[in-house]
Amino acid sequence: MVTGWFTGDGEDFRLLGTRCRACASVFFPREDIHCRNPGCAGGPLEEVPLSRRGRVWSYTDARYRPPSPYVTDPELPWEPYALIAVELAAERMVVLGQAVPGVTVADLTVGMEVEAVPGVLHEDAERTWTTWQWRPTGVTA
Amino acid sequence: MTGEVAVLGAGMHPWGKWGRGFVEYGVVAARAALADAGLDWRDIGSVVGADTVRGGYPGYVAGATFAKALGWQGARVTSVYAACASGAQAVDTARAQILSGRVDVVLVVGADAAPKGFFRPAGGERPEDPDWLRFRVLGATNPTYFGLYARRRMAVHGDSPEDFAQVKVKNAAMGALNPYARYRKRVTAEEVAASAVVADPLRLLDICATSDGGAAVVLSSMEFAHRHGVAEPVRIRAVSTVTPRYPNTVLDLPDIATDSAVAVEPATETFRTSLTRAAYEEAGVGPEDLSLAEVYDLSTALELQWYEDLGLCGEGEGVKLLREGATAPGGRIPVNTSGGLASFGEAVPAQAIAQVCELTWQLRGVAGDRQVEGARAGITANQGLFGHGSAVIAVR
Ligand SMILES: [Zn+2]
Repeated sequence: MVTGWFTGDGEDFRLLGTRCRACASVFFPREDIHCRNPGCAGGPLEEVPLSRRGRVWSYTDARYRPPSPYVTDPELPWEPYALIAVELAAERMVVLGQAVPGVTVADLTVGMEVEAVPGVLHEDAERTWTTWQWRPTGVTA
Repeated sequence: MTGEVAVLGAGMHPWGKWGRGFVEYGVVAARAALADAGLDWRDIGSVVGADTVRGGYPGYVAGATFAKALGWQGARVTSVYAACASGAQAVDTARAQILSGRVDVVLVVGADAAPKGFFRPAGGERPEDPDWLRFRVLGATNPTYFGLYARRRMAVHGDSPEDFAQVKVKNAAMGALNPYARYRKRVTAEEVAASAVVADPLRLLDICATSDGGAAVVLSSMEFAHRHGVAEPVRIRAVSTVTPRYPNTVLDLPDIATDSAVAVEPATETFRTSLTRAAYEEAGVGPEDLSLAEVYDLSTALELQWYEDLGLCGEGEGVKLLREGATAPGGRIPVNTSGGLASFGEAVPAQAIAQVCELTWQLRGVAGDRQVEGARAGITANQGLFGHGSAVIAVR
């Protein structure tokens, strides 16, 4: 579904983007066809890991069950999750993701440091869909 | 001034949840606009339909669908899709046809029959579609983005949920005066605060609903208007449909991430600011000339953002403008006199046309209890998925 968007486990977990070799623009989700910088003649796009840590640009949560194609079990009561938009300093971009389970909007502030960690989006008897999630590092300065 | 087209007629189907097809809403709106213009359908040289993704092929080819329903009469036909900006692009297409001298008079129609609850992408497994991906991978609904913007305003500008609620109170009071609005009841700040949180910090009454509805306008050349006996029609003087510029650094629907600003320094203005500036430049008017504005209040917090993007006040001063009463009836620049999306809900291809209908009625001085005294100029502003935006400036 999102092949090549992230890699690694534990401390080695990283979101994967691509970078234009001609102009250094970074893309996430990965751009594999053409560089989207209108001032760039275009160059090879190479895979690049994104910064593991960033700062909260903003956050919200989903108090109601999102519609399909989000996959949830309608038999189970809805458990809201937080969503965090994170500013990555080195890439100068904002990346949206779910917060790790258990982190609510009450635990978050704009500017707080978070890190990307592996998480489970959904699992059934046959398969587990993995994803990235943002987890506060406890550093707020 | 060259480059102007006349608005000869405006019409709507009331917004609501009527459970019928979009064609019916569009045809009712079209017939109302034709009657308002004093024209027969067979006088129309071109019909432009704003497409809806609902209704299958009839929705994708809305122009022809409306033309067939009104009775094939040989007019030119165009169908346009630009997400929430579809209606404005339909207006722009009609305007271009008139200004090029190809046709004298054009009917523009948009209508939708929206499902209940959250908007969702079309079915199937479609990982190449960013709209599908944000739902599948993140469960990020439209209110997710509205919540992110609202929380960001609270952190950066010090806005509060109580401020957001006052936008709803204002718009509901105006919607109560509009016979085409879906919600025609005043709302109190206490009612907003008592409604359920949908996407923190926004509550149900901070977020616009989905609705059925239709809107239409009849546009013509100035020469045709004069020949038709309308000496001083409402005129459309600008339609802005500009795209963002790379790198777009504000997280927009339906994106999972912004562009990176590593290689290119971002423009000093945001996408929304650039699209309203383009309209001002084309019209030769500025924010100080406006009598009213109709903006896309998908959420209460987003309306405050538009105040700033329209240049009605400085950055971060949206709440101040609201508190001063400048954007309320009788204020310096009333915003969403129609009641806005807060009172209408979203009927995607119709809403940008409905905004032009409201400008038309206000500029003619026939807006009844919600009339802005002596209205001379108005702007609409709107933003849709995938870098679509629009702003229309009309004058009298
Ligand atoms: Zn490049």
